[in-house]
Amino acid sequence: METSKLINIDGRDVPFTDEKNLLEVIRKANIDIPTFCYVSELSVYGACRMCTVEIEGRGLQTSCSTPPEAGLKVKTNTEPVRQIRKIALELILANHESECPTCTKSTSCKLQDLSKRLGVTKVRFRQIRKPVPTDDSVAIVRNPNKCILCGDCVRMCSEVQGIGAIDFAHRGHDTVVQPAYGKSLEEVQCIYCGQCARVCPTGALTPRSEVDEVWKALNDKKKMVVVQIAPAVRVAVGEAFGYHAGDLTTGQIVAALKMMGFNKVFDTCFTADLTILEEGNEFVRRATTGGVLPMFTSCCPGWVKFVEQYHPEILENLSTCRSPQQMFGSVAKNIFADQFGVKKEDLIVVSIMPCTAKKFEAKRPEFKTDGVADVDHVITTQELVQMINEYGIQFRNLRPEALDMPLGFKTGAGVIFGNTGGVMEAALRYVYEVVEGKTLENCDFNEVRGAAGMRSAEVVLAGKTFKIAIVHSLSNARDLLEKIKKGECEYHFIEVMTCPGGCINGAGQPINFEPDYKKKRTDGLYEADKMLQLHKSQDNPYIKELYAKTLGEPGSEQAHHLLHTHYNARRRMKGRSMVIVNGKGEDKDKLEIRVCVGTSCYLRGAQDLLHQLAKHIAEKGLQEKVLVKATFCFEKCNKGPTVKIGTTVITQCDFAKATAAIDKAVGVLAAKG
Amino acid sequence: MPTVMLRKFEKVCAIIEKHDSDPSKLIPILQEVQEEYRYLPEEVMTFVAMTLGLSPAKVYGVASFYAHFSLIPKGKHVIRLCDGTACHVKRSEGILNALHAKLGLSARMPTTKDMLFTVETVSCLGACGLAPVMVVNEKVYGQMSPEKAVAVVEEIMKKEDGKNV
Repeated sequence: METSKLINIDGRDVPFTDEKNLLEVIRKANIDIPTFCYVSELSVYGACRMCTVEIEGRGLQTSCSTPPEAGLKVKTNTEPVRQIRKIALELILANHESECPTCTKSTSCKLQDLSKRLGVTKVRFRQIRKPVPTDDSVAIVRNPNKCILCGDCVRMCSEVQGIGAIDFAHRGHDTVVQPAYGKSLEEVQCIYCGQCARVCPTGALTPRSEVDEVWKALNDKKKMVVVQIAPAVRVAVGEAFGYHAGDLTTGQIVAALKMMGFNKVFDTCFTADLTILEEGNEFVRRATTGGVLPMFTSCCPGWVKFVEQYHPEILENLSTCRSPQQMFGSVAKNIFADQFGVKKEDLIVVSIMPCTAKKFEAKRPEFKTDGVADVDHVITTQELVQMINEYGIQFRNLRPEALDMPLGFKTGAGVIFGNTGGVMEAALRYVYEVVEGKTLENCDFNEVRGAAGMRSAEVVLAGKTFKIAIVHSLSNARDLLEKIKKGECEYHFIEVMTCPGGCINGAGQPINFEPDYKKKRTDGLYEADKMLQLHKSQDNPYIKELYAKTLGEPGSEQAHHLLHTHYNARRRMKGRSMVIVNGKGEDKDKLEIRVCVGTSCYLRGAQDLLHQLAKHIAEKGLQEKVLVKATFCFEKCNKGPTVKIGTTVITQCDFAKATAAIDKAVGVLAAKG
Repeated sequence: MPTVMLRKFEKVCAIIEKHDSDPSKLIPILQEVQEEYRYLPEEVMTFVAMTLGLSPAKVYGVASFYAHFSLIPKGKHVIRLCDGTACHVKRSEGILNALHAKLGLSARMPTTKDMLFTVETVSCLGACGLAPVMVVNEKVYGQMSPEKAVAVVEEIMKKEDGKNV
């Protein structure tokens, strides 16, 4: 037998294997070393000093940045260790806006928790940081006054999501975590996944609350308020009321929502089933008629915004299906309002989502009819907890109640949407039967389940092999796209979820510090699938009825109108243009020529075009008559390079097209002058 | 000259190319870009970030971290006054006050409206033997006094006036 390597921790020998640092070994020995800046899925930063321990022969060291070595003698609770942790915490608190009673993070705040645990009852230092305004975006609220500069959000955004919307800026006590140039989150490339808020140990980054708007709607007697519950909510909301992660509490949620006054309580899983029929059908059509492949899922609003901003070249590869949330809104308002006996404008649709990006999605113009959103309000699981507590509902004592029909009926396929791999599995259960023309007996596709960041499988359907892939977290998605582009791999159907683990780990879910909460929630959803009678979306009787009565068949014109959409390229950042040529005189008298040098256009030679145009302008002696700017993104990335001359936008622009337009416009200008 | 900005833009492209669009060369790239513009304009930083495949927040983080980089336009003549330990005890503060008074500046407003002068302090110029030290553009002035410093400024002003006549 191999003798295990040992580290002596507080007098006890603790075996270790492949733990990445001393901290993990100590935690394995059931000592919960405090940390702010250590998040196991991110790189080691070593800034907060809370994990300081005393190592014999080495003195005080941060255990997060110490590799485990056999024979180390470690003390975790000596007097110097205790002092250093307390002073570090006191210094952190000195510059923290401690408004605990009014902070949304109160009771799930790591800073509050550790202050209590370490017995820091007094802060002897004076605050030197000056208060700054908060940055309220549609989904996330950033309050720099509560930031303790642990950098967890920065590393989450760049390492896991590959975005880098926020970073450290300035230096010393002026240091702040913010978007580039001090802009707001809405002005930069943030995709609203909220994973920054999930790991933030304080209230510096939090989901934006829509609780007040929902109460207002509930108290408006003229309105009928219906609510949809996303799959992942039911296995996490209980955590706030003493249940374990993964415990299914659908019945209690329904009971609580009915008490609050929601007229009907429905399930997003119903429209997840609907999504499967539409998306599965779309995949089969693409695969059999030579359509654009691979097809990517489009349920995840963070992923969709990511594609719009960073990969407009694959917009045609995105499934045209709206997400289950938006299908629900559309179906409820456009088909069921009549059935509920209410005018469309008096029907309010609320969603309860594990996700912050869903708040953004609901407000997209694509999902508004005559200025009215299909989904009026989106609250997160955390906000549902807030509403239950505000009302005073004793969640644990509630008798479970049943969802309303028909939009509350679902199959297990709709429920597993909340897990990474779930959408793919649900789609396979449908596609199999459509392509093979026979009943699928064993519904579990274990090859698509799991926690690995990138998984792939081959499925043989009607003698043809289909390659499928599942990725979660956008850095994994980006790596996969790179590989596909390089021709290193080829797939037919790819599921992407932005959050690590899928929706069960969305930023709107209750904050949980347990190491295995993700797995428990995942297992909870697979269990929920098992417990249901039906496991295939196509078996949902109310979905069948919906098609029979209203939609016709999957992919029909009516289905397209109500359940599908199209996304467009989106600029990453609002900002100024670079002035390239500018003559004397008033800008308004000059012809403005804007050449896009954003990524897509840049790669298509926009820079050379700009040089040629500048040369042309000089040769023709037009310097004084034009204002040439290099700008970023006209949101026409697929047709770049894009040039705007006066008010005319020219896509797929080349030197000949541009000079013709310039010469013409200058002629008009001269005639006017 | 209407094409001055074009020349600058082409220079930026050349600088990035010279460094092989390598994101690990961000600091030398920003240094050279700053030489062109005398500061780092936001849109130019965005362009640099994009061509290097970095997020603009990262580039801004680096640019705002180092005192060497300026995010606001600097004057034609940059006066750097040392306020390191040696210069400080030799009363550099009086020189700073004299320069501020002469040019109507303050720590919050380091550049004159006519964009001729920028006055800033640095923590050490590495010439402590000459304390208090002042550097105007590239030229080092040692053992300064408030009067001497003001005289240097007046000299430059005179030359600038001469150019405009």
